[in-house]
Amino acid sequence: MSGTPVLKATDLTVRHGQLTALHAVNIAVQPGDVFAVVGANGAGKSTLLRTLAGLHRATTGTITLDGEDITELSTDQRVRRGIVLVPEGRRLFPSMTIEENLLVGAANGRRGDWTLDRVYDLFSWMRDRRKEKTSHLSGGEQQVVSIGRALVANPRVLLLDEISLGLAPVVVQRIYATLPKMLDGDMTVLIVEQDVAQAMRVAAGFQCLLEGRTTLEGKPSDHTPEQIEAAYFGFGPAVAS
Amino acid sequence: MNWVNAIAQGLLLGGLFALFACGLSLLFGVVGIINLAHGDLAVLGGYVAVALLPSVHTNALWALLFVPPMFGAFGYVSQRTLLQRSLDSGPLTTLLVTFGLSVVLQNALLEGFSADSHSLSIGKLATEAFHVSSKISISFLRLGILIVAVAVLAGVQLFLARTSTGRQIRAVADDGEAAAIAGVNTRHITGIATGIAFVTVALAGLAFGMYAQFAPTSGSNLLLFAFEAVIIGGLGSLWGTLAGGCVLGLAQTIGAQIDPTMGTLIGHLVFLAVLAVRPSGLLPARAAA
Repeated sequence: MSGTPVLKATDLTVRHGQLTALHAVNIAVQPGDVFAVVGANGAGKSTLLRTLAGLHRATTGTITLDGEDITELSTDQRVRRGIVLVPEGRRLFPSMTIEENLLVGAANGRRGDWTLDRVYDLFSWMRDRRKEKTSHLSGGEQQVVSIGRALVANPRVLLLDEISLGLAPVVVQRIYATLPKMLDGDMTVLIVEQDVAQAMRVAAGFQCLLEGRTTLEGKPSDHTPEQIEAAYFGFGPAVAS
Repeated sequence: MNWVNAIAQGLLLGGLFALFACGLSLLFGVVGIINLAHGDLAVLGGYVAVALLPSVHTNALWALLFVPPMFGAFGYVSQRTLLQRSLDSGPLTTLLVTFGLSVVLQNALLEGFSADSHSLSIGKLATEAFHVSSKISISFLRLGILIVAVAVLAGVQLFLARTSTGRQIRAVADDGEAAAIAGVNTRHITGIATGIAFVTVALAGLAFGMYAQFAPTSGSNLLLFAFEAVIIGGLGSLWGTLAGGCVLGLAQTIGAQIDPTMGTLIGHLVFLAVLAVRPSGLLPARAAA
C-alpha cells in the first residue's frame, strides 16, 4: 500500500454486550479508491461501517480521518468532516418528499460540488418526481434517493452499506453503473457487500471479514476466486490464524 | 345566552384549548415525550408573570414579552439535560420523569405562592367586548386568544414545513438515527423543538391567567383538557389540534347551555365518543410510512 490513507482504523474492537462483533480489525482506505469489505452474514461488516460512521462506539482502537483522531466524535460531527453513511435499509424520512430528504442531507454537510441539481442530473427521473413522498417509491428508487442524500453532504469518504440488499439484480447493476460518475471528485468510497462478485468488479482493494476478524486483504486481481471464497466461508489454506 | 351565542363562545374557548394543546401535540409528535407536567408548566408561566410583573408594568400583557422567551430557553435546557436523559432510557421513564416534575412544580408553587388563586390583570381589556347583536357579545380578550392560537399553530406549521431547522425537526421525528446519519445534530434539534413547545406552553399559561384565576393545582385540569383536544383532533396534527380545541370548547359551552353544571361533563363525553368512533382523531396526522 502506498500513500497516506484518508480513513484508517487501527485495532478496532467493538463489543455489543457479550458479543464481540469486531476483533482488533485494521483497515486503511486510500484517497480516491473504491474499497470493498466483503464477508458472510454476521461477519461484522455492517458493524465496521456503523462504527466508522459513529453509530457504534469503539470498545478499543482508534479511527483517523486524514490523520486526525475522530474516534470520540458523534455521527453528525463526522458528517461535517466528510464521513457519510448510506445505511442498510435506506432509512429515508418517510413523511418527507424526495427533495426534503435531500435538503436535510445538504443542511449539515460540507460545501462542495454536489448540489441537489447535480444529483437530479445524475438520476434524471428524480427531478420530475422530487415533490413525491419517499414512502411511495420502489426499493431501488429509495436506494438511489438514500445515496443522493449522502452525496449532497459532499462526503470525502462515502460508506455504502449493502446497497444491493433486497433489490432486483438489474436495479443493482444500474446503481453500480453510476458509481464511476460519483467518483470524479476526490471522493473515496467504502462499500460493504454480500455480493462478492459485484464488489470485486468495482473495488481497487478489498478486505474479507469472518466472525469479526480479517481473513484476507489486498487487490482483487491478486487473489483467485477460490482464495476469496475460502476466506469468505472460513475454510482452506487462506484463512489467517 | 342563546344557542348562537353558545356556539360563538364555544369556538372562542376552543382557541384557548388549542393553544394549550399545541405544545403537548408538538412535544409528543416530534420529540416523543408525553409531558404530564404540561399543565403545571403553563401554570408556572402564570406564576412567573405574577412574580416578575410588579417590577415591569401593571398590565399583564407585558408578560408576553419576557415569559415566552424565558420558557423557550428553559425548554431547550431541560431537553438537553433532564428530558434527553430520560428519553435515552425508554418511553416509560419520560412518563415518570414528567409526572415527577408535575408533582415538584405543584408543591414548589404551593410553597412559594400559597394555595390562594391569582390572576393576571390586563386592565379594562379583560371586560371589554363588542356586541354583534343584542344576544351575542364577543370578548376582546377571548377573540385575541383565538387569534393568537391560530397564529401560533399556523406559525409552527409553516416553520416545520418551510425552514431548514423545521425539516430537521421532522427528520428527527421520522427516524432519529437516520437523521444523525444525514448529519443532523439530533440533541440540538430536539432541544429547539422542546423550546418551541415550551414557548407555546408559556403563551397558553399567560392566556389562561388573563382569562381566569389559577392556583398551584390548576395544572392537572388544564392537562386533561389539552389531552382531550389533542386526541379529538388527531395525534401529531397541528390543524387537528385546533379543530380538537374548538370541538371541546363547543361541547363544553353547548353542554353548559343545556344545564350549567354539565359543561365539563359533556366535554368529556364528546371526547370519549370521538375516541370510541374515530380513535385516530378528526384530522389524523400525516400518513405513517
